[in-house]
Amino acid sequence: MSAPITPALLYLDNVSVSFDGFRALNALSLAVDHAEMRAIIGPNGAGKTTMMDVITGKTRPNEGTALFEGTHDLTALDEAAIAELGIGRKFQTPTVFEMHNVEDNILLALKEDRSPFATLLSRRTARERERIDALLERVRLTGQRYRKAGELSHGQKQWLEIGMLLAQQPKLLLIDEPAAGMTDQETADTADLLRDIARTQAVIVVEHDMTFVRDLDVKVTCLHEGSVLAEGTLDAVSANERVVEVYLGR
Amino acid sequence: MTKRTVLDRQSIVVLCLLAAAAILVPVLNVAVDPGSPFHLSDHLVPLLGKYISFALLALSVDLIWGFCGILSLGHGAFFALGGYAMGMYLMRQIGPRGVYADPILPDFMVFLNWKELPWFWQGFDWFPFAMLMVLLVPGILAFVFGWFAFRSRVTGVYLSIITQAMTFALMLAFFRNDMGFGGNNGLTDFKDILGFPIQSSSTRIVLFVLSVAALAGGYLLCRWVVTSKFGKVLVAVRDAESRTRFLGYRVEHYKLAVFTLSAMLAGVAGALYVPQVGIINPSEFAPANSIEIVIWVAVGGRGTLAGPIIGALLVNAGKTWFTGMLPEFWLFALGGLFVFVTLLMPRGILGAAKDFWEWARQRMRSPAAPEPVSQAAE
Amino acid sequence: MARLRSILQAFVLLTGMVSAATAGPYEDALPKFAADSYSDTEAAIGAVAGSGHPLALKLVETLRDGRLMIAGSQVYIRDADGKSVDAATGQAAEPAAGAKAVRLNNRVRRAIEAALGGMTLLSPDAGTRLDAARAVFRSRDAAALPTLEQAIAKESDGNLKGALESARAAILLNKADAPAPEKLAAIETLRARGDQDALALLSNLPAGTPTEVTEAAAKAAEGIRSRLALWNAVQNVWYGVSLGSVLLLAAIGLSITFGTMGVINMAHGEMVMIGAYTTFIVQELIRTQAPYLFGASLFIALPLAFLVAGLIGILIERTVIRFLYGRPLETLLATWGISLILQQGVRTIFGPTNREVGTPAWMSGALEIGGLSLTYNRVAIVIFAFSVFAILLLVLRYTSLGLFVRAVTQNRRMAGSMGIRTSRIDALAFGLGSGVAGIAGVALSQIDNVSPNLGQGYIIDSFMVVVFGGVGNLWGTLVGAMTLGIANKLLEPYAGAVLGKIVLLIAIILFIQRRPRGLFALKGRAVEA
Repeated sequence: MSAPITPALLYLDNVSVSFDGFRALNALSLAVDHAEMRAIIGPNGAGKTTMMDVITGKTRPNEGTALFEGTHDLTALDEAAIAELGIGRKFQTPTVFEMHNVEDNILLALKEDRSPFATLLSRRTARERERIDALLERVRLTGQRYRKAGELSHGQKQWLEIGMLLAQQPKLLLIDEPAAGMTDQETADTADLLRDIARTQAVIVVEHDMTFVRDLDVKVTCLHEGSVLAEGTLDAVSANERVVEVYLGR
Repeated sequence: MTKRTVLDRQSIVVLCLLAAAAILVPVLNVAVDPGSPFHLSDHLVPLLGKYISFALLALSVDLIWGFCGILSLGHGAFFALGGYAMGMYLMRQIGPRGVYADPILPDFMVFLNWKELPWFWQGFDWFPFAMLMVLLVPGILAFVFGWFAFRSRVTGVYLSIITQAMTFALMLAFFRNDMGFGGNNGLTDFKDILGFPIQSSSTRIVLFVLSVAALAGGYLLCRWVVTSKFGKVLVAVRDAESRTRFLGYRVEHYKLAVFTLSAMLAGVAGALYVPQVGIINPSEFAPANSIEIVIWVAVGGRGTLAGPIIGALLVNAGKTWFTGMLPEFWLFALGGLFVFVTLLMPRGILGAAKDFWEWARQRMRSPAAPEPVSQAAE
Repeated sequence: MARLRSILQAFVLLTGMVSAATAGPYEDALPKFAADSYSDTEAAIGAVAGSGHPLALKLVETLRDGRLMIAGSQVYIRDADGKSVDAATGQAAEPAAGAKAVRLNNRVRRAIEAALGGMTLLSPDAGTRLDAARAVFRSRDAAALPTLEQAIAKESDGNLKGALESARAAILLNKADAPAPEKLAAIETLRARGDQDALALLSNLPAGTPTEVTEAAAKAAEGIRSRLALWNAVQNVWYGVSLGSVLLLAAIGLSITFGTMGVINMAHGEMVMIGAYTTFIVQELIRTQAPYLFGASLFIALPLAFLVAGLIGILIERTVIRFLYGRPLETLLATWGISLILQQGVRTIFGPTNREVGTPAWMSGALEIGGLSLTYNRVAIVIFAFSVFAILLLVLRYTSLGLFVRAVTQNRRMAGSMGIRTSRIDALAFGLGSGVAGIAGVALSQIDNVSPNLGQGYIIDSFMVVVFGGVGNLWGTLVGAMTLGIANKLLEPYAGAVLGKIVLLIAIILFIQRRPRGLFALKGRAVEA
């Protein structure tokens, strides 16, 4: 499997996952290109979170292929190895290290040697500081640098988590409902930030907020009962009879 | 702010207090006239030394529980293994002075009709080897156990329960005579350590000072670990394990490293404990002992390094007092302490003190304001 | 030995021939006792036993009990109350002052046993005959053979006849001059008997036995050995089931509280202990107030133990545990503290020593099936454990409390938003779990020491059962308890009790690492959250 089978950055083919007879994913196939942003929509239980679990190594599929950069078999790697490959994930509820300050949160995410021995002996460098400065600037948390992450507002935590993702310098970002619980202004800012990121990195966004998805203005995939129901521009997908029936409502 | 500070104000206070203890206890014991009220009687020196070794043990539990969220209910096992390694050295030092006067075999082996020293007793007559074993035996057990447990992601109460099963199994094993560790009676009747008589008051003072030094060393080591980036990862694992994993950290390696380090610290504590109390037996493996260590940590304040030291000293002093004055009530008091601390003082004495300090400072700053100033997010 | 036996046989033959004479062998034998030498006494026993004299049995029994007195040439039979009769006449008579008891040694005692066996073989009482047959079987004394033949011919009870026949077989196999076909028939009889004693006989044939007989005996012994091994295995499985039932009783309440609330209740063992002490109190009250109710004491104790332990459980839940939800490790510590307080409380009230809990008459004794021996109290506990399991299963399946408990177990948040008052369900489930522990205590009071430490002995084992079986699944608890119980008992003969237990603990530790959520784990997203 040394020669790439596919030019796509992320390639899922015929992936199925079942829990005690319940099929969370049913022969799902999906391909995402380098520096492409993709929005995933679908009703609850459509398999969006399970799909992310498969991509990040949290759940092993019962069958199917999951390839990253055409060569890496995601079904055989664990979470840490997949993160090292360059896949970052933001959870649905913002998950940051609440007892650490904002700076340390970013520091822990920086792309560096992650072995226990290296971290035990590591010393802060000027380069690290510059990286942290730049990232904090980008997610607008410079002023909160020394505050505990647990004290941040919900929206700030979402942005901190995105900042941590960026610190990993991933090739692919999986972002689960970034706009949930945000004000309209924050939602619009988040859309801007994601579009900016997608210029250099691939992004998969799972979102329910249709306004937000429209703001992103990217290719949309609609999942239903564990497989792809429709794919295309938001307008094309919204016009699809089945999508209207199962998800958008009449 | 970005510079790593191993020695903060709290650490300096802790180290100064330990240094004061290392100086005062010998002075009060040796230099002060026995008639004076300030004289420290001879039997108190090893008692205090025992408390100090318990404090080191509590520190080792805090390192994994307070900073990495691993609640081990089997740390007494590592403590006891370190103690047994020391006890084996002390047994070999008895030589022909035992009841049966066998130049090589300890009394209990003669009693069991054993003809030669088992292989695992070889080398323990050499002090450096025994000290190496004090570190290695608990360390290797912790490594093997942790390697299995953390790799298969056994966490939370499940991990606590299997650590308890581990120490329980070891207790049953060490109670057996044919294990070769003295069965029920364990190892005792020690004569001397490195040639110094173990009962003499000067040896005991040296042992006390060494215990304090080991505690200070353990404290500095833990402090160095938790202030490093490694320590930040530990806290990250404690607060959001899967987040840490998705960032690319191999959580199991971190847990394994800190668990093994902690077990070795517990082993050192055991090795200091044994010469000062003069006996090591299988009851040290009892699951109840291991849970008691956890309460020392909880009382003092987990997640702080000074907390477990304070907790171990206070609870054990309380135990000595109660078992002397009101033996009936000790278990009531200990049980009540478990409930009280978990319900009302989850951050322990240090946490409560910190909260009180914050509260007092707020009051000082705005004595006129009846309501606390709301802390608006900027 | 051989010489001795032949002397004995000679005497028996001799006495048998003259037994019809009036101035009988009994009277002739009496002076031999007076000589008080072991060999004379032994010979006299044989003579007396064969005499058929009405006093013969009493004399030999008295001799066995060391109360046969001699004074000069006179022999007296003294009974347990110290009254004596003249052995020759049967008239009451006091022995002279210098009288002493006839001395005994092991050889004489064996002769006595054999003689008694022979004499009682014809007793009208079936129980006595059975004892006699067994005594002869053990002594293998050829002297008893004629009486034995007589007894076999007369015997109508099949069971007794078997015992008598195996006694005869035992004698024949050890009788040097018995013909080979008779010996082969004897081997057949013993093979049919098939127990440890028969095996011992078959594997220790006297020297000089014909080869065909030794070969047949070896074959028969082999057959018995494999059958015994089978029975032995069945017996061990039974012990395992019995231990498994105890574990099931102790663990099943824990499974409910752990399953519904994710709460580790370290005070669970103390609930068992409280149930056992409730039994003790009930029995004390019955002893002083209404002794005729003693047979029903356990049935009276059951609901009371359920109530007492259940109420204490609810109290603990309402005052401590409900403030700690979502913090399982803290709950573990707090309940450990409660367990210390409960232990010390019971110790202060009832004292640190074991309290006596009686076993009703209907629970003592044992059931014998083939090579199995099932004591009634163990049988009762196995039945009881399975009944409790079945009742709990029904409660959880068919009552609304059960429905709510299952709903909370599977998805607490969803159950809450459906309008189930989860905090009340928690309290009730905790009470239910504790109450079941209480009734487990009633059962365990029958087989374990009722002391303040009773609960501590079960807590680790119960956790192992629950963790092994899988959380929140009663069937898992059942399978877990039975697997651990049987594995423990099957390991014991090879590894010893302690090592067996260690092996099992290590096995479970390794197992949890392979399947961190137990044998019957719930799967799916809800669990991961």
